[in-house]
Amino acid sequence: MAQAIGGALLRPEGQGKVTGRARFVADLVPEGAWLGGCVRSPVAHGRLTGFDFDPDFDLERVVLVGPEDVPGANAVAMIELDQPLLAASEVRHVGEPLLLVAAPDRATLAAALCAIRPRIEALPATFDMQASGEVFKEILIEKGDARAVLAGAERVFEGTYRTDTQEQMYIEPQGFVAFPPAPDGSVRVDGSLQCPFYVQKALAHALGIAPERARVVQAATGGGFGGKEDYPSVLACHAALLARAAGRPVSFVFERHEDLAVTPKRHPSRVRHRTAASATGELLAMEVDVLLDGGAYTTLSPVVLSRACIHAAGAYRCANVRIHGRVVRTNHVPYGAFRGFGAPQTCFAVERQMDRIARGLGIHPVELRRRNMLRVGDRTATGQRLAESVGSEEVLARALAKTRFDEHDWCGPRPRTSSDRKRRGVGFSFFFHGAGFTGSGEELLKGEIAVELLASGQVLVRSASAEFGQGTLTMFRAVAADALGCEPEDVLFADTDTAEVPDSGPTVASRTSMIVGGCLVKACRELLARIEARVGRRASFGADARRFFAAGGDPLATATYASPPGLAWDEARYRGDAYPAYGFAADVAEVEVDLDTFEVRVARFLSAVDVGRALQPQMVAGQVEGGSLQAIGFAHLEVVTAHEGRFLEDRMSTCIIPSSLDAPPFEVELVEVPFSGGPFGAKGVGELPMDGGAPAVLSAIEDATGLHMEHLPATPERLMDAWLCAHPEEEL
Amino acid sequence: MSAEDVELSFSVNGEPRRVAVPALARLLDVLRDELGLKGTKEGCGEGECGACTVLVDGEALNSCLVPVCQVEGCEVTTIEATGFERVQAAFLEEGGAQCGICTPGMIVTTRAWLEGCARRGEAPTLEAARRALAGNLCRCTGYGKILASALAAWGRRP
Repeated sequence: MAQAIGGALLRPEGQGKVTGRARFVADLVPEGAWLGGCVRSPVAHGRLTGFDFDPDFDLERVVLVGPEDVPGANAVAMIELDQPLLAASEVRHVGEPLLLVAAPDRATLAAALCAIRPRIEALPATFDMQASGEVFKEILIEKGDARAVLAGAERVFEGTYRTDTQEQMYIEPQGFVAFPPAPDGSVRVDGSLQCPFYVQKALAHALGIAPERARVVQAATGGGFGGKEDYPSVLACHAALLARAAGRPVSFVFERHEDLAVTPKRHPSRVRHRTAASATGELLAMEVDVLLDGGAYTTLSPVVLSRACIHAAGAYRCANVRIHGRVVRTNHVPYGAFRGFGAPQTCFAVERQMDRIARGLGIHPVELRRRNMLRVGDRTATGQRLAESVGSEEVLARALAKTRFDEHDWCGPRPRTSSDRKRRGVGFSFFFHGAGFTGSGEELLKGEIAVELLASGQVLVRSASAEFGQGTLTMFRAVAADALGCEPEDVLFADTDTAEVPDSGPTVASRTSMIVGGCLVKACRELLARIEARVGRRASFGADARRFFAAGGDPLATATYASPPGLAWDEARYRGDAYPAYGFAADVAEVEVDLDTFEVRVARFLSAVDVGRALQPQMVAGQVEGGSLQAIGFAHLEVVTAHEGRFLEDRMSTCIIPSSLDAPPFEVELVEVPFSGGPFGAKGVGELPMDGGAPAVLSAIEDATGLHMEHLPATPERLMDAWLCAHPEEEL
Repeated sequence: MSAEDVELSFSVNGEPRRVAVPALARLLDVLRDELGLKGTKEGCGEGECGACTVLVDGEALNSCLVPVCQVEGCEVTTIEATGFERVQAAFLEEGGAQCGICTPGMIVTTRAWLEGCARRGEAPTLEAARRALAGNLCRCTGYGKILASALAAWGRRP
């Protein structure tokens, strides 16, 4: 039988997607459903004293839900319980939900939302994270004595790096359809989501019911990128509260404007670096200060900060490291999960810092990385000794073989003529990304998967890992087929429905291939062992399986995640084995900068990535290309600004993402340095490509223009300001 | 039928249809809500993302920007029609569909572009595909596999 792993299976759900038959949440219209909406705060901070109702609108036409109508706790159950489902008194951000409305049709809903005006006494608001006095989470990572070494060092490099808000911009806005409670109090919601059991937990908490009475079904989901990790817990509760009050199904699907205005985005960051390096480029000490704007509520900020800090020293060996991180409260819309989860911000900072050091020491950027990069046996900032699967040499070799960037005279003299107003430049980045939950996260979560043998000899995989474009089902199909020795087409899938699947954990953190895929292999082996013990292995898997089934063998095999032996994590001191394995990668970007308009065009982009084992190479390449384009957008063209806590880019025509004309031709080099703890050697894939693109593009812009940009995105406006500072003779 | 509704006739996927809707209703809503054709998606509602692309007399348009009265007497083609099979197969095989929300619009635009190439006797190129699909946004793929799908679909023509 042909191996499924490493091959190119078609997406099991692909036919529905290309024919338009896949049902997304907006396509689900239950009989008699009303539409949901929300009255929101127009101000960033204030005290809600009541509502004014337009007397011309008959409130009997709609159903209203206020904080007093929440039967359970009025809080979004996430890490903390600080975020109310509906603000009852203090309002902490623009767009904060105050009152829910259900109406029979769009026109009535729109009229109702116009007719209800919250009365809010404004309070002073904080928008500057550096001025915030409220810390959601603080982390200190210390190895050796960085401060002492820095104090005595001859060469110290300092830099401050900033990144702005970034929007996930999944093309399908968020939405849920909720059904009214059954007589026993149980509820059902169908929606666009990544983490069905997060939503279940939030519903149980809000409705005051046992979790198993809250059924969560994933509709076809049009992209997530982390954006549908945390916010669905809010929207599902809102829809369920409305369905409960209305006594009928309620469809609460955002239009783009509402989605952009109120859903969490990537945390803005300010990262300071102080680095001591020897004359030959050895990193002697690194001190990193990480500050993230968490927005108005905790959401997932503590774990975003955690990943940001653990990745803040980059993929480098250094004996003396001090990383101090804080995520603080402001009156911005709460920030949340976005692919990379804090690491793109700190990776940008450390890679720009490495370029600064390279230039300062007169060492080629590649050479500086080569001298310091993590190899097998080295220890990371948290003291984790990397025992295996470190593809640093391999990705570097592959990137250089294809681009010869090590022979490129980076930031060398560039001849300029007045007729030559376009400059080319090449840049580079080297980075890593931990796969799976941080520290003991996976051990605590105990993700589970089930494989059920059917009478037909086919198998049904029951997993909570959501497919939202990454290729989850395709990858599972390949893994199960090869683990069992069956035809890929004989691997079927239960719906991602909490009533049908065990809690495999959330679909986040580059954990689905390595962690859940690993569980799937275990479950398949358990099933295979049972079949062998009962009926022996005589014919094909299907024939043996049918005999096993007919003989009354137990057809359901489950597996729970267990950490590879020897991993240890000290949460209090932030020391130890932060992740089971890391993916490594090197990016090379080539740009053209127009010195009249300061537009940047990325002309070429190569990414060499070590994912352990590419279970489905086409899907992995799709992840790398798509993630890299998000990173390129982050680098120079995606702008999200806030004024008085309100996002100014709150529609798709202003909140720009790259189009096909902005995308370079991608070259993806898949490097496979297998990880013994992953299924068939696989590590994580999803987030890694988000980390390195931005610093590579900025490095290329520096090569083209000599401008060491430290603030993302490097928009034409920012580039022109920097250019005019550097070239005062050109000031108009 | 309410007071502001008008009766309109046009053809959808080869079948004559009559609807009674407000004249300025969006074609997108009429297709989805009145005619039950849910394959046409809404991503932005302002003509920016292209997820709602349909063909009107063979031309790819954002159906969220088209008042339905403008298609009176026209031939409207949505992803549910026949004639997309080659493009659909190419998107499936080349990895052009990831999450699937932009996919119907991408496929409709691709078909219109390839039919235009055939009419003009032009062989499609990668750069021409980039321009042709620039009005359809995708956040998953980075576009490379979508462009490859579009070119592969040309190779599949009889």
